[in-house]
Amino acid sequence: MTGPRLATSGCCASAGDAAPASEAQRRPIEAPYVVGTVSTAVGEVPRVATELRFTDKLGSWKARWAMGRMHYAVEPGLYAVGTPAPVSPVLVSANYKMSFDRLRSQLGGRDAWIMVLDTRGINVWCAAGKGTFGTDEVVGRLDAVRLGEVVEHRTLILPQLGATGVSAHEVKRRSGFRVVYGPVRAEDLPAFLDAGMQATAEMRRVRFPLRDRVALVPVELVGSARRALFLGACLLLLSGLGPGGYSSARAMAVGSRSVLLLLSAWLAGMVLTAALLPWLPGRSFSAKGAWVGLALFLCAASYEWAYGGLFGNWPTAAAWFLIMPAVASFMAMNFTGASTYTSLSGVLRETRVAVPIQIACGVVGAALWLVGRFM
Amino acid sequence: MARLRYLPNVVTLALDDEKCVGCGMCALVCPHAVFAVENGQTRIVDRDACMECGACAQNCPAEALSVRAGVGCAAAVLSRRLRGAGPAC
Ligand code: SF4
Ligand code: SF4
Repeated sequence: MTGPRLATSGCCASAGDAAPASEAQRRPIEAPYVVGTVSTAVGEVPRVATELRFTDKLGSWKARWAMGRMHYAVEPGLYAVGTPAPVSPVLVSANYKMSFDRLRSQLGGRDAWIMVLDTRGINVWCAAGKGTFGTDEVVGRLDAVRLGEVVEHRTLILPQLGATGVSAHEVKRRSGFRVVYGPVRAEDLPAFLDAGMQATAEMRRVRFPLRDRVALVPVELVGSARRALFLGACLLLLSGLGPGGYSSARAMAVGSRSVLLLLSAWLAGMVLTAALLPWLPGRSFSAKGAWVGLALFLCAASYEWAYGGLFGNWPTAAAWFLIMPAVASFMAMNFTGASTYTSLSGVLRETRVAVPIQIACGVVGAALWLVGRFM
Repeated sequence: MARLRYLPNVVTLALDDEKCVGCGMCALVCPHAVFAVENGQTRIVDRDACMECGACAQNCPAEALSVRAGVGCAAAVLSRRLRGAGPAC
């Protein structure tokens, strides 16, 4: 069970495939979150802490910035919280460390079992979409940890978002275990358990609040930084072109302004779109981003009007009028993968319409910008 | 806060009333409250809210639901279009 608020995943694709949680002996017993063991019918089961330590929080922060996230996995298997008995509830989790942390941190003062699936270090949401958080893995893991000998009941609590990969009636048919879907967010887990495994309608809804949207930005930033910097470097180089041949002084002067405009569109397309998502006009992300880019261009244009020196000539101004919305629109569109409410059909339609427009604006804009260099 | 809604009239979700046994499982797993169950009768009440995650179809014991499940991720869609078959999202 996790709280896949998605706040850490980004688009599942850009999250990259984490290294499979190898069966290699990274002994779970020695992990920093393990505090002793619990004896069961099948041997010792590691007991995990319900308090997150500094290293856990640091790890989450690093994963958020896409640092070392490849190894952010927990060994799959059975864990204990508190002093669970054969009647204690069994919660199922992905083996993404942050999912696991969020789950255990909600279980303070309780006795429970946690069965960690091998989702290759990926969170529930993405893993369920890929099928690694799936029926086969649940049934297989039940067998591997011999859960039937540890507990006397036959109920598993899965995070609701796991339902995309798991078929409850199939698990029941194949293993005899009944699947109960818990709340979407780990924070609601105590209330869910106290209510006798009943989730309110509110607990079943996925939302996409500001906090989550903003938390996703770093991963997107890191993911696209290389391309943005490459484009920026090209602009800087080309800025030296001019009527009297190449001049590196001009490259610095014009180039730094150009890079500033480009990178601000790139950044705003991501950050402002993410933050202002519900209030930006249009339903498609590309439209929302285009508005952000246009607003940014208008800011730049008013600066030009008041002080001058930013564009220099009209083809350059026209170029940025096209390029800034196109770049912001493209970046905003890429945020669809991180969002929690976009459908594949919708994205197919959106990209079919938006990408040709973005490319056209980019190409015409680049041509105008080059013309501007010689005026 | 305004409710976030994506493009209208695009999703592939379909419910076969003939097959549905009204168990309510779809309404329970759906993260966007697309279904409503009233007197043992299940209906799609908010079709455009569907994100095509496939959870409902996966958990329908009567195979009454169909949806082309996938992840609404532009990066994956584009790389698939560029390379023929890219990584799924
Ligand atoms: S596919 Fe997902 S979002 Fe759409 S109706 Fe089914 S469960 Fe709800
Ligand atoms: S899960 Fe299937 S059978 Fe049950 S209510 Fe939904 S559509 Fe009907």
